[in-house]
Amino acid sequence: MTSGSAPAMEIDREVRVGLYRRMVELRFFEKRAYDLFMEGLVKGTSHLSLGQEAVAAGFGEAMRADDYTFCTYRGHAHTLSRGTPMARVMGELLGRSNGVTGGKGGSMHLTSVEHFAMGSYAIVGAHLPIAAGAAWSAQERGSGQVAVCFFGDGATNIGAFHEALNIAAVWKLPVVFVCENNLYMEYTAIESVTAVAHPAADRAAAYGLEAIIVDGNDADAVYAIAVETLDRARQGAGPSLVEAKTYRHGGHSRADPGKYRPDQEVQEWLNRDPIDMYRERLLTGGVDDGTLTSIEEDVRAEVEAATREARQAPPPGAEALERNVWADGSATWRN
Amino acid sequence: MAELTYREAVAAGIAQEMRRDERVYLIGEDVAGAGGVFKATPGLLEEFGPRRVRDTPISEEAIIGAVMGAAMTGLRPIAEIMFSDFLATCWDLVANQIAKTHYMTDGQITLPLVIRTANGGGARFGAQHSQSVENWAMAIPGLKVVAPSNPADVIGMLAASVRDPDPVIFFEHKALYPTKGEVPDGELVDTLGTARIVREGGDATVVALAAMVPKAMAAAELLAQRGMFIEVVDLRSLVPLDTQTVLGSIAKTSRLFTVEENPRLVGWGAEVVSIAAEECFWDLDGPVVRITTPHIPLPSADALEDLAIPSVDRIVATIEKSLA
Repeated sequence: MTSGSAPAMEIDREVRVGLYRRMVELRFFEKRAYDLFMEGLVKGTSHLSLGQEAVAAGFGEAMRADDYTFCTYRGHAHTLSRGTPMARVMGELLGRSNGVTGGKGGSMHLTSVEHFAMGSYAIVGAHLPIAAGAAWSAQERGSGQVAVCFFGDGATNIGAFHEALNIAAVWKLPVVFVCENNLYMEYTAIESVTAVAHPAADRAAAYGLEAIIVDGNDADAVYAIAVETLDRARQGAGPSLVEAKTYRHGGHSRADPGKYRPDQEVQEWLNRDPIDMYRERLLTGGVDDGTLTSIEEDVRAEVEAATREARQAPPPGAEALERNVWADGSATWRN
Repeated sequence: MAELTYREAVAAGIAQEMRRDERVYLIGEDVAGAGGVFKATPGLLEEFGPRRVRDTPISEEAIIGAVMGAAMTGLRPIAEIMFSDFLATCWDLVANQIAKTHYMTDGQITLPLVIRTANGGGARFGAQHSQSVENWAMAIPGLKVVAPSNPADVIGMLAASVRDPDPVIFFEHKALYPTKGEVPDGELVDTLGTARIVREGGDATVVALAAMVPKAMAAAELLAQRGMFIEVVDLRSLVPLDTQTVLGSIAKTSRLFTVEENPRLVGWGAEVVSIAAEECFWDLDGPVVRITTPHIPLPSADALEDLAIPSVDRIVATIEKSLA
């Protein structure tokens, strides 16, 4: 079993500062998103990845610009980590016309194809076979692209997970499946409903894959395993299945205070906050505090500007309602 | 002009498109080496090789997910779902993912893919391998739905489906696979959303689809001998729906019948009838009548299945009684 907690690779200072910046962006953005829910400006539901930032950031920084990201309804971080502008993601959460999908998708369906963020899929497990399909296409086109598919621990018990893993392994597809095991599938402890201790890694052998577990709160470790598995896929060595152990600071969704989790467990994970830990590590490694503080100030201003832009954007007009059911832009189903 | 069977037309249509466009792929269970369980895809593996014609595991979600992911990234894949009943095992991918993605992404993602599947009854396969499920697909915004009744339409509509930028569910009728028809020489490309008047008549319009078309034609022949002249419309495509051909025919005949293999409730004919009621009510001289399978799962025994699916005799008797 691979453990990424002590990365073998040396990671450039520039990359590590970039990782820190990305995690801060994800954190500050989602904190603001949370505040906007509380103000009643975000309708519907929303699923935050506060506490899980290192996974999206680690892979996002390691991916080639044209690698594909497939993520879930908990997908703000993965979409932003491909460089999708904050204002357009914020606009989508607020149901504004400047949103990435013009208000059609909302929080659970963020997509930005120009950033190769190929969609957030809100039915658990559905996107694993879709990511395999994008990888199949990349393989056939010889493009060298890799598809990275993020999902939660809960998805490991649904059929599509197993169908996708099998076909990806048989066809040696360039896809990296990344399970973010935050210990709870919605409101229920994953261990209480799963036959094995490691819901993804313990299934890897069934598809002839290596069991890979990484500390999902350690940005360096995630980055290192991302580089390794992306490279394997690009070299034609086939898929990987990575289980990143992490924890969400909040509940499953906006409606969930997460009270089913023991206080001590929550505290232990809060003590292992990926951003706090990484900041300490960078300081110890010789990055000066001023660099990190100025990143934080920049990002705070960026979130402020994005919020302002999104709040000022008009809601979508009625003309959007029947736009783009079909590729010709129409919703016409009869003559 | 050559005579082909419906199943030969499937392979001919796929081959025509694969020769034209190297982005066209075919995947599914037993489609390559075995040439399909209905022998609708023989020869394709030999001509196009194992990368473009590929067997899959029995994993309908993987099959449909694969073509979805491939279609959004530059291929124009065709998936086979062996029996249309099996669409239920991957309906999330079809109904929640494929149908909605273009709209949900406000046009960022297009999905030029075709899902071919063997639909319909008459083969004594029982309730899980005989259903007519075209109305499942018709009910979901974002899916185009095609169901050809003859070999020439199979090729032309399949070509149109492959070339269409939107996802198309292509219902082949398993009872029609052995039937023969004339197919013009050269490349065939039809137009989605076009119905065809396959028999002209002034006394009543009968709208039919897929395997119900030859039955409606046979019924019309018998009714003609009794002095009732039926216009038969082969709908061919449910989405888009060619309402103008249907409404135009009703304007001429003043009567409307549908012949549907699907179970009664919310079959495609219900939509056709409601459009007629809204838009050409004053053209109608009598009640609209839907001739359908009863609202039951299909039985296996031939004696029972033949009672369930609309037969030529039932079509004749129903129309005769109604026009009398």
